[in-house]
Amino acid sequence: MSTATTPFTGTYTVDPVHSSFGFAVRYQGVSVFKGTLAEVDAKLADGKLEGVAQVESISIKSPAQFRAHVLSAEFFDASSHPQVKFVSENIELGDDGTAKVDGELTIKGITQPVSATGTYAAPAADAFGNTRGHLNLEAQVDRTQYDMNWNAPLPSGGKALANEVTLIVELSLVAEA
Amino acid sequence: MRILGISGSARRDSHNTKLLRAAAEALPAGVELVEWEGLTALPIFDEDLEAEQPAAVADLLDAIAAADAVLISTPEYNHSIPGGLKNALDWASRPYETNPLRNKPALVIGASTGLFGAVWAQAETRKVLATTGARVLDTEFPVGLADDAFAEHGGLADPDAHERLTEALAELHQARELVAA
Repeated sequence: MSTATTPFTGTYTVDPVHSSFGFAVRYQGVSVFKGTLAEVDAKLADGKLEGVAQVESISIKSPAQFRAHVLSAEFFDASSHPQVKFVSENIELGDDGTAKVDGELTIKGITQPVSATGTYAAPAADAFGNTRGHLNLEAQVDRTQYDMNWNAPLPSGGKALANEVTLIVELSLVAEA
Repeated sequence: MRILGISGSARRDSHNTKLLRAAAEALPAGVELVEWEGLTALPIFDEDLEAEQPAAVADLLDAIAAADAVLISTPEYNHSIPGGLKNALDWASRPYETNPLRNKPALVIGASTGLFGAVWAQAETRKVLATTGARVLDTEFPVGLADDAFAEHGGLADPDAHERLTEALAELHQARELVAA
């Protein structure tokens, strides 16, 4: 495995339409709830990846009470912390197409180290005359480390919502002309 | 066998009334579901009123007495049982020794627009039913994200959920057979 971002030389910016910041969390013990923050901005330049996602763009639109709860201080506290941020200067892209990205994730103003793994596709000419590459990453985080502590005991035992959250980040990166 | 279906919601387009109708499509053979719609006609429980036997109360007690089992579909207000439903159960629990819920097999299901499908309200409804003397099943059936849970024709959109509801109703049917034996 090489330890550089060699395939992505130069500066790449995210194609927001084809990129997303997703999350999946187990609830009621057996079910999985999935959502995304649709509005993503990211840049990969000189081996440094910086990404920002807007909390208000979360896919939970209705019911209003559910959205309000997720945006409240019990979860994202969106009014005080409108963005989720990720920064990494440690990107390893293997010859076999695997990617390992160690960085720092900031949610609700709290920054924690995060290790993400996944795959990449080296930049190549796309159908629109751009040079485009892809980075698809997954990471596990403990939401309580970001002060997202809401929970409730289930009548049948156990907790309503898991602490472990899977983050699924899909970045479509276009080379700057 | 006749099941009396009680929706704990008064709302016209109630998800829980829809859930009762979804249950009507998941019944064992030979079982019918009759909806009771008198929730909003009931006065607030009042011992002074009991002697007068209000017609709406008599209607509830008769409907339960005429049924072999009870199916309650409850929404969840502030993590608990809706006041209207609690009021109906308070009326139905009287008098304790001879109330029509005694030994009546009962199943509680519920829908909510949040993630958890009224699971806490269901637990509290089971607690209340057990106290009245009903033979309430431990089974819970939460339908979360109820805005998207129902198909256009009215049944549950998720075939797995329909299957689980079918199983829960079969359990209620078996409970009735045991009581009747």
